[in-house]
Amino acid sequence: MTKAIAAIEVSGLHKSFGKTHALDGLDLAVETGEVHGFLGPNGAGKSTTIRVLLGLLRADSGAARVLGRDPWTDAVELHRHLAYVPGDVELWPTLTGGEAIDLLSRLRGGINKQRRADLIERFDLDPTKKGRAYSKGNRQKVAIVAALASDAELLLLDEPTAGLDPLMEVVFQDVIVEAKAAGKTVLLSSHILAQVEKLADRVSIIRLGQIVQSGTLSEMRHLTRTTIEVETERPAAGLDALPGVHDLQTIDAAAGRVRFAVDGGQVDGAVRKLTEFGIRSLISHPPTLEELMLRHYGDELAANGHSGNGNGAA
Amino acid sequence: MTTATKAPAPAAPVTSGNTLAGTRTLIRFNLRRDRVRLPVWILALFLGTISTANNYKQLYADPEDRANVVNTMDSPAGLAMSGPRHYLTDYNFGSMLGHQMLGFMAVLVGLMSVLIITRHTRAEEETNRAELVRSTVVGRHAHLAAALSVAVIANLVLALLLAVGLAGAGIDGIDGAGSLLYGLDHAAVGIVFAAVAAITVQMTAHARGASGMALAVIGLTYVLRAAGDTGSNGALSWLSPIGWVQRTYPYVDNRWWPLLLCLALAAACAAAGFVLSTRRDVGAGLRAEKLGSPVASDALGTPLGFALRLHRGTLVAFAAGLFLMGAMYGSILGDADDMLKDIDQIQEALDRIGGSSIAESFASMVMVVITVVAAVYVVMAALRPRSEETAGRAEPLLATGLSRARWVGSHLAVAMGGGTLVLLAAGLGFGISGAASTGDGGLFLKLVGAALAYAPALWVTVGVAVVLFGWFPRASAFAWIVPVYAFLVGYLGQILQFPDWMNNLSPFGHVPQLPAADMSWTPMLLLTLVAAGLVWLGLEGFRRRDLETK
Repeated sequence: MTKAIAAIEVSGLHKSFGKTHALDGLDLAVETGEVHGFLGPNGAGKSTTIRVLLGLLRADSGAARVLGRDPWTDAVELHRHLAYVPGDVELWPTLTGGEAIDLLSRLRGGINKQRRADLIERFDLDPTKKGRAYSKGNRQKVAIVAALASDAELLLLDEPTAGLDPLMEVVFQDVIVEAKAAGKTVLLSSHILAQVEKLADRVSIIRLGQIVQSGTLSEMRHLTRTTIEVETERPAAGLDALPGVHDLQTIDAAAGRVRFAVDGGQVDGAVRKLTEFGIRSLISHPPTLEELMLRHYGDELAANGHSGNGNGAA
Repeated sequence: MTTATKAPAPAAPVTSGNTLAGTRTLIRFNLRRDRVRLPVWILALFLGTISTANNYKQLYADPEDRANVVNTMDSPAGLAMSGPRHYLTDYNFGSMLGHQMLGFMAVLVGLMSVLIITRHTRAEEETNRAELVRSTVVGRHAHLAAALSVAVIANLVLALLLAVGLAGAGIDGIDGAGSLLYGLDHAAVGIVFAAVAAITVQMTAHARGASGMALAVIGLTYVLRAAGDTGSNGALSWLSPIGWVQRTYPYVDNRWWPLLLCLALAAACAAAGFVLSTRRDVGAGLRAEKLGSPVASDALGTPLGFALRLHRGTLVAFAAGLFLMGAMYGSILGDADDMLKDIDQIQEALDRIGGSSIAESFASMVMVVITVVAAVYVVMAALRPRSEETAGRAEPLLATGLSRARWVGSHLAVAMGGGTLVLLAAGLGFGISGAASTGDGGLFLKLVGAALAYAPALWVTVGVAVVLFGWFPRASAFAWIVPVYAFLVGYLGQILQFPDWMNNLSPFGHVPQLPAADMSWTPMLLLTLVAAGLVWLGLEGFRRRDLETK
């Protein structure tokens, strides 16, 4: 990585709405040119953070710089250099999708017509339909095309693929990879770990208005553990001695059923070992964000702060 | 699985092909949803009629007064605004009610009925609620049948209330049989328009479009009867259901058979609605959704061009409406002298306004009504940024290179410019037809000027709305107080004689009452300055606050 100026720099951000503290001392750093995953469960403060970065909301305290500017006082100038896709796109009922794309792009300062046409085709969007006739997924596409057809250097995407079908999700991923190759910086918020995993160079995890973890994905290897629940003919022994195996639990000793978590790179070794005991059934699933939250930060939820459940990160 | 203990669930009492299954439940459900709305509609229409009848008794106590009204009404303009000439042969309070109120009330009852139908059919489909209901044991025709039933119930309740209320009001010339017919006239025409809406809701996939089409039919039938009643033979009136009920001549001839025409038309339209509904899918219209331009025109790329696009429909509708309203008032301006000089209360009010002739004083009074309607437009337009904000459509716009001040400013520019334009349209209509009916060409410019004089007061109204939007966004709707108050003080106050300070609270109270009064520039300038100050204050507030997001 070259000597990069941070595209987004946030420190000690606080924002409350009445009695709820949406942001509680949030710190966030996004380097220029990277795709930064912004992960958190619903209501963690992702949208609030992005709206502060856009100058739509005013932080109670703390500092935020976006592309070297103050997002509240310098909002308009800043907006010429970024594009935003909200999580819940609302369109004007009497305007067509094409008109909405042009409107948003022109107000930002121009559009790349070639790219506009290309994106409309790839996302299979009908730009002649009126706003009220679009489904949620199609409204989302309108905002995505408007954002990506621009020459903005920073993309703020707030759960942009909510409502898109899996096929379009793939198109979206391709488009983001291209945007990154073109040198754009992307902040991609999501509550689905797998989506961010495919795209992000670095990830920040937000919970209750604070960043609880930030780093590259390999640094967060332990976050991508697969959970395996297995029933074997003979009791499986020696699993806990394997590298990368955590949280081994015996569910039903008589039936030979156990559950454990295994780091992404060590699944092969664990499954080989299991075959020695005769696998009767095997269920595996990647960790959901909510599970991660519960497993790694569940202790913070308890106000006593004493009931940690063996945070044995490798 | 042979369990003798549990009897098979009794089959629902639905024979195959029962397309009306569930209708009764839906009727109860619809009535429950409308438990506030419908009583308010019905009571408003009922009380409006009763108070009008009582007003007649007070305003036209002398037979001489009534003879004067006959003279005024016996002109093309008078007949176009009321009803057929036959009522004029014996102009007592009853025939007065039938002549002047029935056509106007038919439009309102039609509006109520159309809204009932669209609300319970197309609006339900548009929001996908109908889909959920239709997935249960509900027949294909149940929604429409239930909506029509509710419309019939509402119209019959209104008819009954009118019949009993009017018969019991103890007004000369308003008897029991006439009142029953008068009430049933309302029900008949209301049911016809409900059935018309049963067709239009099949045509388009959007409730607003369906209501719009049905309202266009109401407008057309009104125009047909107006044209027929002013002409010599009245044949055109026989093409209009409003014309039919007017030709039952309640309190005059008590002719019942035109009601049968209404019933037959309503039955035919409703049947057509049911048939058409089987030719389309749930949620879809008969007419395919119109496609639009895939790219934006150049004008759309500027904030002002975009705001104009959003306001276009409302602005054009208000300008056209106020032009017609002005033209209607203008057409009776020539007869104002004869009509009003013998009515003491109005005469007193006119004296207070001053002016060189009754026509000019009357024109000043009309201007107040015109201005209130223009103020309604202005508040709607000035509150548009608020509705865009709460709908979540402001957020993507304000994340572009568009500043908050320019965004709100573009809507305010349309509100202020549009408000002025709407006044101009009213002034033109009033001026053209007023000058024609009085034969005084000099009146044209006077009336246009009198209308435009209210523009600064409208700008203040915009300012009030912006201040609320900027500082107390959740209280934005309080901006509606301005036109409501202006109406109470400006219109009723002239007759009821409110104290001066009440008049001065309204921005419209400071406008010189042209053409009767003399022009004075100081209040105009002050109002403009106040408007500018309020707009600045509102923009400052909006610049400082959080955008409300979903």
